[in-house]
Amino acid sequence: MKGIIGKKIGMTSVFEPNGKQTACTIIEAGPCVVTQKKTVETDGYNAIQIAFGERKEKNTPQALLQHFAKANTTPKATVKELRDSSIEKEVGENITCDIFAEGEKVSVIGVSKGKGFQGVVKRHGFHGVGEASHGQHDRQRAPGSVGGSSYPSRVFKGMRMAGRMGGDRVKVKALRVVKIFPEQNLILISGSVPGHNGATVLIQK
Amino acid sequence: MDAAAFIHQQMSPAREFPAFKAGDNVTVNYKIVEGNKERIQSFKGDVIKRQGSGATQTFTVRKISDGIGVERLFPLFSPNIDSIELNKSGRVRRAKLYYLRARSGKSARIKEKRRSTEKVAKKATAGA
Repeated sequence: MKGIIGKKIGMTSVFEPNGKQTACTIIEAGPCVVTQKKTVETDGYNAIQIAFGERKEKNTPQALLQHFAKANTTPKATVKELRDSSIEKEVGENITCDIFAEGEKVSVIGVSKGKGFQGVVKRHGFHGVGEASHGQHDRQRAPGSVGGSSYPSRVFKGMRMAGRMGGDRVKVKALRVVKIFPEQNLILISGSVPGHNGATVLIQK
Repeated sequence: MDAAAFIHQQMSPAREFPAFKAGDNVTVNYKIVEGNKERIQSFKGDVIKRQGSGATQTFTVRKISDGIGVERLFPLFSPNIDSIELNKSGRVRRAKLYYLRARSGKSARIKEKRRSTEKVAKKATAGA
């Protein structure tokens, strides 16, 4: 596995060589610092730990400051781990977005935008119960029956209902890398990725 | 420069088109691919809106074809656009001419912008 942490900048569209217009997300990816290497002998599994984004020294706990000092770097905002990484870098070295190639399929992980308290139609894709006509009203976005009367006479655990939506960790798979600008640390990825502009996302393959 | 502007500067080649706006009559020559062959087709009509900004802006051209209104939307910086010709500048008082959709015949005409020859000459010399 290889990956890089980035910041979602926003969306735009570009024309591809075949003349088709493609909606793309701009991500400022990296440079990420390798802050730790974990091995089976010491930690029970293989992984590398990468860090991205600046953070004020006065707002960083001592423990983290020391951890970053080991990698000889400034305090970072986000730290993530990549299991069984294929990236051959030592602690303190930088990972840049050129680990990906144009045309490659990647997954992007982020936290989706918070939607607030939403009903079942938006939150779970229910179709509602009633119709607009035939004397019905107030039932068009209703959840319907949840527990039965005589049997089972209770509501099953995990019954899909209205509630808080969004703000979940979401992984979008098989997005194509349209273009890479290594000098500006920018990656252009086809389609949309989870989160608001400025959100931290993990691009991995 | 912000990231989107940088990307478009890198990825979209600079194009030169005559300055046109809503109310103008233009001919858009665009490429269409049929099988392996590519040919150029033109679409002539009035611009009823320009929408968006920067490299993703689009414009809509409306024409009356066999008595039926036809509108086509073009991305301004599409590589499929071969050229744009400005035929006439219209005098209109809005940026979006949606009212033309409800009209037909004489009332759907757009008055041509009359410029004094002096001003046009002055502009030409100033530009040169």
